Amino acid sequence: MSAIAARRRTLPGFGLTMGLTLSWLSIIILIPLAGLFLKSLELSPEQFWNILSSRRTLNALRVSFGLAFAAACVNLVMGSIIVWALVRYRFPGRRLFDAIVDVPFALPTAVAGVALTALFAEKGWLGAPLAAAGIKVAFTPVGIFVAMIFIGIPFVVRTVQPVLQDLDPEIEEAAGSLGASRWQTIIRVILPSLGPALLTGLALAFARAVGEYGSVIFIAGNLPNVSEIAPLLIVIRLSEFRYADATAIAVVMLVVSFVIIFAVNRLQRWAQSRIPVR
Amino acid sequence: MSIEVRNLVKKFGSFKALDGVDLKVNDGELLALLGPSGSGKTTLLRIIAGLDWPDSGEVSFNGEDALAQGARERHVGFVFQHYALFRHMTVFENVAFGLRVQPRAIRKDEVTIRARVKELLDLVQLDWLADRYPSQLSGGQRQRIALARALAIEPRILLLDEPFGALDAKVRKELRKWLRSLHHEINVTSIFVTHDQEEALEVANRVVVMDKGKIEQIGSPDDVYESPATAFVHSFIGESIELPVLIADGVVRLGDRPLRLAADGLAPGASRLFVRRHDMLVGPPGSGAFEGAVQHVRNFGPVQRAEVALSGGQTIEIDAPRGRELRAGDTISLEPRRYRIFADA
Amino acid sequence: MTMQIADSVSLSAPDAKARAHAAAARNNLRTEPRAVRIVIIALAMTFLSVFVVLPLVVVFAQAFSKGILAYFAALADPEALSAIKLTLLVAAISVGLNLVFGLVAAWAIAKFEFSGKTFLITLIDLPFSVSPVISGLVFVLLFGAQGYFGGWLRDHDIQILFAVPGIALATTFVTFPFVARALIPLMQEQGTQEEEAAISLGASGLQTFFRVTLPNIKWGVLYGVLLCNARAMGEFGAVSVVSGHIRGETNTMPLLVEILYNEYQFVAAFAIASLLAMLALITLIAKTVLENHLDEGQDASEH
Repeated sequence: MSAIAARRRTLPGFGLTMGLTLSWLSIIILIPLAGLFLKSLELSPEQFWNILSSRRTLNALRVSFGLAFAAACVNLVMGSIIVWALVRYRFPGRRLFDAIVDVPFALPTAVAGVALTALFAEKGWLGAPLAAAGIKVAFTPVGIFVAMIFIGIPFVVRTVQPVLQDLDPEIEEAAGSLGASRWQTIIRVILPSLGPALLTGLALAFARAVGEYGSVIFIAGNLPNVSEIAPLLIVIRLSEFRYADATAIAVVMLVVSFVIIFAVNRLQRWAQSRIPVR
Repeated sequence: MSIEVRNLVKKFGSFKALDGVDLKVNDGELLALLGPSGSGKTTLLRIIAGLDWPDSGEVSFNGEDALAQGARERHVGFVFQHYALFRHMTVFENVAFGLRVQPRAIRKDEVTIRARVKELLDLVQLDWLADRYPSQLSGGQRQRIALARALAIEPRILLLDEPFGALDAKVRKELRKWLRSLHHEINVTSIFVTHDQEEALEVANRVVVMDKGKIEQIGSPDDVYESPATAFVHSFIGESIELPVLIADGVVRLGDRPLRLAADGLAPGASRLFVRRHDMLVGPPGSGAFEGAVQHVRNFGPVQRAEVALSGGQTIEIDAPRGRELRAGDTISLEPRRYRIFADA
Repeated sequence: MTMQIADSVSLSAPDAKARAHAAAARNNLRTEPRAVRIVIIALAMTFLSVFVVLPLVVVFAQAFSKGILAYFAALADPEALSAIKLTLLVAAISVGLNLVFGLVAAWAIAKFEFSGKTFLITLIDLPFSVSPVISGLVFVLLFGAQGYFGGWLRDHDIQILFAVPGIALATTFVTFPFVARALIPLMQEQGTQEEEAAISLGASGLQTFFRVTLPNIKWGVLYGVLLCNARAMGEFGAVSVVSGHIRGETNTMPLLVEILYNEYQFVAAFAIASLLAMLALITLIAKTVLENHLDEGQDASEH
């Protein structure tokens, strides 16, 4: 029986590869993250609360979370429209635009940051006409909002696109043949089918925007309490050697990210169990 | 090479894939493992190959403990259900693979390898496909290449998992004959798994019928067809009429009617009666064990298939020879020429 | 599903006409009036143009705003060259490490069954959802002067923070999931049959991996490496926290973009940025090509 116990797996290398995977994962990801949480435990609840409830921290968190949520909502709407156009219609340049959606994924954030700033600065191509209309984008919270929209687009599009592509055409034909108008079919049949994917896209775009740094800091203006994002405040606290403050803010942001991943995982499982895909 | 399997148990979670299997395979045999899906036949095959490991039990080749060896050392040729051809290699390289990965000390030189591969491709009659890739082959061709690849390592045992499962009906029939003659030629102990009774009965020397992780019967194709050992084998192999009966006081009853059938040696209690369709002989009313009325008749070449409503209320289908034509509405008597009664489990 | 912008379908055979009618009937149930379609397309394309295409164009416009000579002069600056060198070095280290890790992890995860698999994949995915700044911060807390290993490192005179090892570590953290995530679904889909066949034919584990598994996943490997590399070269937040911004020494290309931009050296900043933008574009083109390859591979295996 010992022979059986020793060789339960047909393919070789499970022990070795799993051991390496867990070790490397621990060294690069888990230990560093654990270090952060450990550091935060050095703070008493009171200290922790004092850091978080300081006006500047609160404002930075409010700017990051509030604007990220607003940007994710814009991305949800515009992303859906883009997905609809790319999946359902044929028009010149469709494949090019499809590829372009990934640019915010691929473009280094610092490049996106300086480019958006140049574009929306008061003398920029878009900033000038907007300034003439009395709208100031660069170096205001609006600029942060714009940068967060930029980096969030692909998340919504790439999550919803495959689901819409795989949607069984017969369910729409069935709805149509039962007398539903096109609008009713979209609202009552298609949208509910896309629901989990839309929510997932929203959550991913939000999570990315909350933590975003590179593409935001150039255009933000970084005025404390007004246009200062939480990641920047972490960097500032670090440069002031106020590690405790940096850690406390980071822990709050990390916990929110983990809650979002957890929610997205649940969403995805839920979606798999109920979506009528081919 | 003979194979012996003793008391093999394998669970997947709470599902018992193998539940105490004992089996002896003689040298040079061509054995079929026959059963419905989920009966454990593929699991048994994979354990013999070393691709799966039992929870308990023994497997030995020529008396030698096979579980002490991994798949790599067992020298077993395995033909996968979906062939598992290496898609990035040509047919030639697929067949040569087993020769090329041998330890350097015993690896043959390139010329010998080429000659051997050529020989194998000739054997499966596909030498003209040597430079093709698997995706360019038909199902039947892939099947034969997979077999050639498995034979390249001069296996001690050849195992085939549903060898014809993925092929269309016509190719299946051709390949069956071909496999039989190939086995005759190379004479390697071979086991193949199938859920198709016709395939098992036509190709194998011996058939092992499995259900729910257990062996129901082992025997020659004639044995399992003519003398099924269990109710399962009777209903799984061939077309059977199945009637619920009750054995009491040495009498077989269908519903409340006693049947004029011998009940010698049968255990009392709820049982099932099995009769082959063509073993029901038609006679004038009052002459047989069952009385009934013909409902519907269809002709299939030499037989007429009649749907008969028995006086007890059950409806059965029988195959009667042509000649004395049956008509809907006829009242007839039926006498089973041969039958079997198995107590309900 | 085809949108007929020009509604002129010229058909000669009557049955072709009947088929066109059937197709039109089918389309009517699944599409919108032409005006609606045009509005949706226009909206989508305008949005993408303003938010994605224009920023890309601005980078090159600004880079060449003082002429081609100024552009190349900016790139030939020693500081720029040192940043390019450092970026390549760091990318090579972290892509190399994550390539090996990705292959090893994908083998363990895709080829075997074990409990907790989903959880392990979630752990591998973690860096995707950690803010880049925090990815840098964790290494400062470990290796900084006041960090857990700070004292030990100082005693042994080992420099991690504000030096290449720190930058490489932070970059490896950020790019950790790319290769593994590209390979795991691909290898899961391919199953273990070919590997089992190879083993039963007498191949060793390594022979099986190099002769059977690797050729089957080569496009996936390339895909993962490509995305990993793009992110490694472009990473800003995490690297910014651990680099220390020592000019000519610990500045990667994205960090140099920031410094030059803050010093109002716009042409130089955008010249470096244009290199990174080109990297992004090449990555996207290669990615599209690879995706076609991967799709083809899957089609072939489905026959």
